[in-house]
Amino acid sequence: MARVVFTLGDDISTDVIYPGRHMATVLPTETPQFAFADHAEFNGRLKAKQVAPGSVVVAGKNFGCGSSREQAVSALQGHELLIVANDFARIFLQNAINLGLNVVTAPGIEASEGDDLQITADAVVNATTGKRYAVQQLPSARQGIIDAGGLIAYTRKRLLQMNNKAQV
Amino acid sequence: MGMTVVEKILARASGQAAVKAGDVLEPRVDLAMSHENAALVVNQFLEVFKDTGLEPVVWDPSRVAIIFDHRVPAESPKTASNQKKVREFVAKHMIRKFHDIRGDVGGICHQILPESGYVRPGAVVVGTDSHTTSHGALGAFAFGIGATEMASVWTLGATVNVEVPQTIRVNVRGKFPNLVGPKDLILHLIGKVTAQGANFKVIEFHGETIGAMSTSGRLVICNMSVEAGATAGIVPADAETMRYLREEAGVTDPVSAVLPDPDAVYVQVIDIDVSRLEPQIACPHTVDNVKPIDTVVGKRVHQIVIGSCTNGRLDDLEIAAGILAGKKVAQNVRMLVFPASGKIYAQALERGYVEQFMKAGAVVMNPGCGPCLGVHEGALGDGEVALSTTNRNFKGRMGNPNSEVYLCSPAVAAASALTGVITDPRKGGMN
Repeated sequence: MARVVFTLGDDISTDVIYPGRHMATVLPTETPQFAFADHAEFNGRLKAKQVAPGSVVVAGKNFGCGSSREQAVSALQGHELLIVANDFARIFLQNAINLGLNVVTAPGIEASEGDDLQITADAVVNATTGKRYAVQQLPSARQGIIDAGGLIAYTRKRLLQMNNKAQV
Repeated sequence: MGMTVVEKILARASGQAAVKAGDVLEPRVDLAMSHENAALVVNQFLEVFKDTGLEPVVWDPSRVAIIFDHRVPAESPKTASNQKKVREFVAKHMIRKFHDIRGDVGGICHQILPESGYVRPGAVVVGTDSHTTSHGALGAFAFGIGATEMASVWTLGATVNVEVPQTIRVNVRGKFPNLVGPKDLILHLIGKVTAQGANFKVIEFHGETIGAMSTSGRLVICNMSVEAGATAGIVPADAETMRYLREEAGVTDPVSAVLPDPDAVYVQVIDIDVSRLEPQIACPHTVDNVKPIDTVVGKRVHQIVIGSCTNGRLDDLEIAAGILAGKKVAQNVRMLVFPASGKIYAQALERGYVEQFMKAGAVVMNPGCGPCLGVHEGALGDGEVALSTTNRNFKGRMGNPNSEVYLCSPAVAAASALTGVITDPRKGGMN
């Protein structure tokens, strides 16, 4: 069971997730302090460690639209948040898979702060309302990256394979 | 089965005779662009090589471009140190397509790439910037990626596990009315398809209006295709593309166009007639909240911005300077102008546009992203309103969540600078 700690509407841009004025901060070890920086209350709870790892942010359609900034992903990942959205914008979804942020696409998902969600590979069940939402699988093209544990590990594996081939 | 432009480009780049939407490929990359966020790319690139016993080597430094534009000159020690780190990497790895903070060859990445002749029809271009879609204006397949994905490209020379996108065909006909142009067209299209309407898809532009449009205008519509969620926007290369490459980008080697097959498969076809299009405004806080200008005329504005990778080119400055010539920016309005590159700045000086802006009371800043994304300068005060030729109006975009950004064409921005309220350039101001 995972607790919903924050809910958002449609078209939440990366400017909202990670405001541009903090973009000079790039390292995943430093970005989490600015997650949802313009939502002072939620940002405060995150920074005060009042949000348990594995907690859920529920969003509408097109979550992560706009800029390609990867800070928007690493900032959420640093707090070990799970994002359940109606759907995601392309670059954000790719970045999430590449870095290993937990994301779930559940069209129609509705939840309020404080609700408990039961999340499996096939469905999200809102235990508070009793409603069930089918999960849309991540793009199968990306499975190799997910299996490798992210794009850095995947690329490293490919690099070593290329290098071994070159030496044979 | 026929192929779209992007399907043809991806087939060539992945060494296949034919591909179709949904296929998973590893296209070779012809050009890999980053800006200041190259600092993060460098970090992730070195991470890939960590503990492998291998020396970090960029697959092909001649295909890597790095352009500083987001925070130029640096606004903070942190940015300055990031830029320094990138300069050191560039020197070590012999990256020659590097554009530092300079008045001659510097500028915004999405202007520098085309004007330097780095982008060719049929190329696969990736950039760590969502507006990399701009380069579809030259018939390339160009799309935004994250920094870690770029580190993978620098290592392998290909983008891994790319799913061939479906394509939406947009046919545009009619002649633009006076003071209506490409920006109004793309805002109208985004309003029509919504901010999510083209998610994971390519928008391929066709029609007589596109044929008659300059490369500068095509850069506007491809630039903002991402605001409808599109992976890429693309204009199949034609005579204008060849003219631009030869006359404006200094390209001398052979160039060939990639065109769609007559029986290419499109997921959707949209027809637009621009002959009666009105100036369009994207209202806060989403780019698809688009309204014809008459519904927002009279709205008080505090800051006018003309510039960015969307509308900072010579023709944009020409229109704005023409409207401002001999007049004054209204009291209590700040007007900021950002030419998209040093080259454009020099041309605007030569033609007298800069003088016209300054005499009118506008401030002409150095080329760069400026206030567009709220990282550098030109932030808004609480409750203030900006009217801007940039491409995004998300909450907090210009550095303050308690402000509003409206998006428009250079003509609307200039006409409104004279009055201090959103003004229809066809009807003029009350100045």
